[in-house]
Amino acid sequence: MDTKLLGLSLLELSYIAASVTFILGLKMLSSPDKARKGNLIAGYGMGLAIAATILFKEEFSPDKWLNYTLIFAGLLIGTVIGVRMALKVKMTAMPQMVSFFNGMGGACAGVISLVEFDHLRHGGEVSMGMLIVILLGLIIGSVSFSGSMIAFGKLEGKIADKALPAGQIINILLLIAIFGLGGFLAISGNLSMPLLFGLLALSLIYGVLFVMPIGGADMPVVISLLNSFTGMAAAFGGFLYGNQAMLTGGILVGSAGTILTVLMCTAMNRSLTNVIIGSFGGGSSASAKTGEQGTIKEISVTDAAILLAYANKVSVVPGYGLAVAQAQHTVHNLEKLLEEKGVELTYAIHPVAGRMPGHMNVLLAEADVPYPKLLEMEDANEDMASTDVVLVIGANDVVNPAAENDPSSPIYGMPVVKVWNAKNIIVLKRSMGKGYAGIENELFFHPKNRMLFGDAKDSLEKLISELKNL
Amino acid sequence: MEEILSLFYENREFIFLIVVSIFLGIEVISNVPAVLHTPLMSGANAIHGVVIIGSIIIMLQADPGNYYALILGFLAVILGTLNVVGGFVVTNRMLEMFKKKSK
Repeated sequence: MDTKLLGLSLLELSYIAASVTFILGLKMLSSPDKARKGNLIAGYGMGLAIAATILFKEEFSPDKWLNYTLIFAGLLIGTVIGVRMALKVKMTAMPQMVSFFNGMGGACAGVISLVEFDHLRHGGEVSMGMLIVILLGLIIGSVSFSGSMIAFGKLEGKIADKALPAGQIINILLLIAIFGLGGFLAISGNLSMPLLFGLLALSLIYGVLFVMPIGGADMPVVISLLNSFTGMAAAFGGFLYGNQAMLTGGILVGSAGTILTVLMCTAMNRSLTNVIIGSFGGGSSASAKTGEQGTIKEISVTDAAILLAYANKVSVVPGYGLAVAQAQHTVHNLEKLLEEKGVELTYAIHPVAGRMPGHMNVLLAEADVPYPKLLEMEDANEDMASTDVVLVIGANDVVNPAAENDPSSPIYGMPVVKVWNAKNIIVLKRSMGKGYAGIENELFFHPKNRMLFGDAKDSLEKLISELKNL
Repeated sequence: MEEILSLFYENREFIFLIVVSIFLGIEVISNVPAVLHTPLMSGANAIHGVVIIGSIIIMLQADPGNYYALILGFLAVILGTLNVVGGFVVTNRMLEMFKKKSK
């Protein structure tokens, strides 16, 4: 039997198998019980596709020893660094970690295009289709890389939200330049390396300027969007090499990521264009009605503890502040203590609380909070009227009444947790600063509300020791 | 026009695959509960690491004397591996915590 044919058949078979594992993996991620298995299955599929490519794609020739050495060295280096980073990262820093790895994938796609473009210069047939695929892979991969790095830096708190004056116009001009230059390269068949690197630079700059002004509540949407970008870039690579595994994997992520992005936008009642073009936290958000704010009432730890201990039903609304303070275990302890006292405690989870959808679920799961206690926003809102005390821990925008009653507010129309329907509200907050979206929150001035200032973990610990003394 | 048509015709099988995959992706995702959105995003992130195959193909096909391709290809292998390995490990870590809960 022809061994070359056998190898190539095995290669294609492995790609089919890998594509199936990707679909199964994504599918299984939709059920909490199977999700982990799904991830592992997709991982095995990926390993299979990689191994088969190395073994069967080209016949081994001894004079390519350097090529093979570099492949294995690269795999080794990437694995060691990747595993280390992934194991070391704190649960609260997951969103930026995902953003970082996403950026790596985008960079990989961009670099592939750089090599393949050069490859065309050294002979081979140049077709417009191939050029388009290479150029799009470069543009999207680079935007995804630089954008993800900015998102990473922002979530790490290393880069501040900054909007360039006339940023919108600059971005549009950049886009025109990118597509103008790309279009010229594709149509003319001009294989100039300087022009290619010019395109690379423009795309990288666009990625930076694209994410730079987007602040706060929109960051999850941006990461999801960049995720689907990298998927598309991978798919272009698949098109280029006629590789089914890359194609299906990339497209699946591209379309799934887009849907996820849209779902997130819907959760915030905003359109995707609005997210991309208008920045949430920036400039025009000074719409708050500053005149009639009333006064802020503080509550002492003792009073808060008594209020909680004698309540029948308590609802906890967690936000990013909980994550920052690493207070998920502390809040779970408070929950256990209150349950012992016969208080019914649930968590009201806003879909975009934190920095990513489901961020709060991940965090509370880490602290062993049982599933049934995590209520989705709609269910939590139904229960609100019969709730005695709402404990808002480090959440701000997701409990802002302006979303319901202030049409001039940038978050008007976004579904929120209607904590003001409960009998009492206690907001745990570090200071009177604004939320991540930079919007004033009139909840803090609400007659039912009292503030417990301080670090979330600190305040919760004080509450716990106070409760124990009661 | 003719060029575009022939481009379409030559790649009709891939275009078919792309269109079907787009709908498959939408279909597969649409039932994911909000609870699992973060792991899902992370899992999808790992899957697009499949782009690493492209970098391996570059390395396999590169002429041993072509240092431009070898160096960039090597870089791409590292970047792709980071995406794949980091992506799957992070997702697994997130889901590990969910597993305890479901019992």
